[in-house]
Amino acid sequence: MSDTSYSKIIYNGLWVNNPAFVQLLGLCPLLAVSNTVINGLGLGLATTLTLVASNVMVSIIRHWVRPEIRIPVFVLIIASTVTIIELSMNAWFHELYNILGIFIPLIVTNCAIIARAEAFASKNTVSSSFLDGLFMGLGFTAVLVLLGAMREAIGFGTLFQQAHLMFGEAARGFTITLFDDYRGYLLAILPPGAFIGLGFLIAGKNIIDKKRLAREKLLSNEQVEVPAPAAS
Amino acid sequence: MHSSPYIQNNENVSRMMLAVIYALIPGTLVYIHFFGFGVIINIFIAVITALICEVVILKIRNRPVKPFIYDGTAVLTAILLALALPSLTPWWLAALGAGFAIIIAKHLYGGMGYNPFNPAMVGYAMLLIAFPKEMTAWIPAEIHGLNFFDTLNYSFFETLPAGMNYDALTMATPLDSIKTQLSLGYTLDEIHTTNASLFGNIAGYGWEWINIMFLIGGIVLISIKVISWHIPVSMLGALAFMAMIFNFSDAGSYSPISFHLFGGAAMLGAFFIATDPVTAAASNRGRLIYGAGIGILIYIIRTWGGYPDAIAFAVLLMNMAVPMIDYYSKPPVFGAPSKG
Repeated sequence: MSDTSYSKIIYNGLWVNNPAFVQLLGLCPLLAVSNTVINGLGLGLATTLTLVASNVMVSIIRHWVRPEIRIPVFVLIIASTVTIIELSMNAWFHELYNILGIFIPLIVTNCAIIARAEAFASKNTVSSSFLDGLFMGLGFTAVLVLLGAMREAIGFGTLFQQAHLMFGEAARGFTITLFDDYRGYLLAILPPGAFIGLGFLIAGKNIIDKKRLAREKLLSNEQVEVPAPAAS
Repeated sequence: MHSSPYIQNNENVSRMMLAVIYALIPGTLVYIHFFGFGVIINIFIAVITALICEVVILKIRNRPVKPFIYDGTAVLTAILLALALPSLTPWWLAALGAGFAIIIAKHLYGGMGYNPFNPAMVGYAMLLIAFPKEMTAWIPAEIHGLNFFDTLNYSFFETLPAGMNYDALTMATPLDSIKTQLSLGYTLDEIHTTNASLFGNIAGYGWEWINIMFLIGGIVLISIKVISWHIPVSMLGALAFMAMIFNFSDAGSYSPISFHLFGGAAMLGAFFIATDPVTAAASNRGRLIYGAGIGILIYIIRTWGGYPDAIAFAVLLMNMAVPMIDYYSKPPVFGAPSKG
């Protein structure tokens, strides 16, 4: 991957190797906090920040860390990054921090982060590692927000509720009520809703990929290689 | 390793499904007698929804529609789901449950013969988790005073006749109220004397007759060899055994055997739900283990769990264990050296 162009890194992070859709990494926080758009966005951005910071640091020190001890070093870097983010969220987004609770410190266990450190940042330049972290994180955030929107719409019948937790008091009015007098559908908010929702999202992505592949085949009339899911 | 449904052609399946549906009739009639026309409205809505979903999904999946519709599995799933619902419910409850059962629990897993979980019970469990209030409020047996149009009116517009109030009209099932009042510190004797009208002669006014009718229907099914005896007998036996031990140890806080067998949905579950050939274990030995597992789980969930009745969760949990049961209860191949 060392000769990857920037646009390929972006495409990789957002679609081809999307950590949540394709690599299925970091499912625990993904499934646990994606019950509203704002929760998803909050955790997604925190994860993105961690990914960018850890990728950049790992990439900077990549020539000086002996391969035998690289994993403990990566873990230390990730843990300190997460601690910084956790403390800052506690200070500036305290209510959101209370809602996301344990899942902020648990970002440290998100396999997507150490996977990117190991598979990408430890072998690539600082600038491409930065980009990789950013777009892997944004890909993860996109799935979180999409799943959050699905679950919030079906579960509560609203979108962007409690937006003030992230965007301040002015955002209280952001909440969109989709259905008036909606009873709520508890299942979508509970964990089963997350599993079913993610299943549908992945199925949707696979359909799009298949259609695309068929069209490309039709256009070029030759075998196109299927993007293989990264093993990690 | 063998896998469950040994289905040669669709005629066999539809014959079997038809026999099961006929065997449900006596229990269903008694159910309607005690709990009103809501039962039949629920069955109607669930069957229509299930058939529509089945046709739509088969079309999407490019499968032949006709043989799969006529095999009757979707209809049976819908009826079993509807029989598990309280009788006074809004229409969308039955529709949502049946749609979920057919689309998610059946077709997303590959359709008839491939689903690991009993579709009717998946639909029921989903409804119970998503709508706990609607799913646990039952009208009192026989004295509810609602006619067909009142029930229809409630089903579609959620309005009750003047002077009636949903919260005042509905109540908990015998199983549910025993659990609540035990947790408040009453003994079984006190609960039974203060709520004599709810509990009837054996296990709950109305409930006991519904269970007896399902038991008769189930025995007919066994005698005409549509289902084998292994699952019902081991399930009811395990449930009775658990009830006996605990009732014997402390009769003041653990209900007797009769209450567990006739007070909830035990008979419906034992003969009609747990025996689903697709999701149950395949060999006879496996079926005994599978049935006993369900019986024990029902007792555990009823007595110490958070939900009033436990058929759905017990069946789903044992569905999960079926591949392992099948693996370890595989009948030896003829001629293979025996271990013993």
